[in-house]
Amino acid sequence: MSLIELKKVSRIYKMGETSIQALADINLDIEQQTFVSFVGPSGSGKTTLLNLIGCLDKPSNGEIKVNNVRVNEFNRKDAAVFRGTNIGFIFQNFNLLPILTVYENVEYPLIMVQNIPEKERRDRVLKYLDAVGMTDQKDKYPSQISGGQKQRAAVARALVSDPKLVLADEPTANLDHKSAFMVIELMRQMQRELNTAFIFSTHDPKIVKEAEIIYTLEDGKLVNREQITNSDINAKEKN
Amino acid sequence: MKNIFKISLRNLLRYKRRTLLTSLLIILGVVMVVVFSGISKSFKEMMIGTITDSMMGHLQIHKKGYVSSIDNLPLHLNLKDEEINNLKSLLDENSDAIEAYTFRIKFGAMLSNYEQTTNIRLTAVNPEMENRASPALVARINDFSGEANFFVKQGELIIPENLAKGLKLKIGQEVVLVATNQDGSVNGMSFTIAGIMSGLTGPSGRDGYMHIDDAKDLLRIYGNEINEIAIRLEDSDNLKNVNKMLSQNLKSLNSAIDRPGYELHTWAQLSPFSTIATIVDLLIYIVKIVLISIVLISILNVMMMSVFERVSEIGTISAIGTLPSKILWLFVTEGFLLGLISAIVGSIISVISLYLINIAELHFSFGRMQDILLKTSISISELIIVSIIVIVISIFSSFQPAYKASKMEPVDALRHV
Repeated sequence: MSLIELKKVSRIYKMGETSIQALADINLDIEQQTFVSFVGPSGSGKTTLLNLIGCLDKPSNGEIKVNNVRVNEFNRKDAAVFRGTNIGFIFQNFNLLPILTVYENVEYPLIMVQNIPEKERRDRVLKYLDAVGMTDQKDKYPSQISGGQKQRAAVARALVSDPKLVLADEPTANLDHKSAFMVIELMRQMQRELNTAFIFSTHDPKIVKEAEIIYTLEDGKLVNREQITNSDINAKEKN
Repeated sequence: MKNIFKISLRNLLRYKRRTLLTSLLIILGVVMVVVFSGISKSFKEMMIGTITDSMMGHLQIHKKGYVSSIDNLPLHLNLKDEEINNLKSLLDENSDAIEAYTFRIKFGAMLSNYEQTTNIRLTAVNPEMENRASPALVARINDFSGEANFFVKQGELIIPENLAKGLKLKIGQEVVLVATNQDGSVNGMSFTIAGIMSGLTGPSGRDGYMHIDDAKDLLRIYGNEINEIAIRLEDSDNLKNVNKMLSQNLKSLNSAIDRPGYELHTWAQLSPFSTIATIVDLLIYIVKIVLISIVLISILNVMMMSVFERVSEIGTISAIGTLPSKILWLFVTEGFLLGLISAIVGSIISVISLYLINIAELHFSFGRMQDILLKTSISISELIIVSIIVIVISIFSSFQPAYKASKMEPVDALRHV
């Protein structure tokens, strides 16, 4: 069953008299519980596509369905509610709130978005902090931990509300090679364990190979879809 | 709500120096308003107290038309026996609100020391009644050491200080008073100077006091007649209510008679000093407006900066699913907390400041009254009003930046560097 359906989706930005076509006639169908990557050079439309799927932006044309809900006509409040219950976000710059500890950052969506009771909240936060290996760092502030640790905390925050989908825009761009692989591995592990779909964008060719499905974008158009087969994965694991 | 408060408080503490400076500015404003209000209200109350306690009373009743011709001190608008009894009954019925009242005859006369003659304005009183209604009056008599209830006896005269100086009169000296009576005839009587009195505002007054029975003899009034009733209230703060109640009662008394009725005035309506009291109130309002401006500008500035600096964070919490209304409340709560904390600290410092002023025992002069102790005070209600002003303006001024934050498109906010 499709988790995400995009039909003839376009996004045109108007800057004064000039129109910039960020995305053109995108048709896309992403299944549940998959690990998908959008690749392409800068300006190819990866972030725009993620923003549209994440209900952060609205398409100029076309239709977007996420979890079988038509999302392109949401108002601000409906979009926020939908994001809060269905989508987790991981950002390139980690975007942890500096005034909150790691624990509080992970807890934030459960308090401010979902209003989960305290006991359940605590159990869930500790579970995800444990899953990303950040239990020891839970009382530290973002300024007191490394980039890799920040992104792991961000992964826990994205997953704590049990979303159907996690969107990660260049999640490894600000990390060193080792940390980047650790974060991708963590995302992959979470995807398998929690049956959550992950979509991440990257232009790192080494990272992209970790995905099950790779969509390539160029100049706002989807130019290629590559499915990584089990034999590919086995070969990669042997290597 | 608890979490909104927690996050807002942490955001305030995040920029400690800025929060501290803004808070200090508001605290300074609160202290300025409360201390100014405490001092000026004390001054005003002292001034009003001096006027009402030593001269005017809180309310005065006259025959209708008397006040409009008060400069001439007319005798044809005297209250007669029946009217006095009616008014006395009315005042006695309201003895729970009225502490005391006094009957007066005010008239003009010529004062002569056998060498020189000058005009004088006299208030003829029953000294016992007058002392109850104007308990601070005797304090204006220089070197008075007698029994306050008998501060002026029959055959005695208390004259104002400047007339005593002008005519070189001394206590014990004999003078003659010549007055025109109701029928136009003139009468003269000799009196002994029993006291010299300071005016409220300095040596310029021409008001003297004498016994009411002497005035009746001098003016050839054969019966019970007065032209003024001065009323002292149990609680001066109750003036408005008592004034309203007595006005209604007098209205019904007026309708029962076919002669010109009675008129009731508050001290403020009769005394030019009420203008000073109004100016004091106006100054307090102006200082409050300055406080509002300080709070408005400083909170607006700090919240606008706060929103501008946290655009990316607003984008993040919005993307995570925080509702626009919660984003709005996060910022409004920051303004509210800044106002609340500043108002509490400002109020505490203000109360301490007023206490220190009282301990320092500062003295000042008002007119002829020297060495008056500045006794400051501030009511809890005034502190609450100032605090509420600060908090409401804090919320109001943080609303615009908060609204702006809540309306940010997450996709634009996330792009912000």
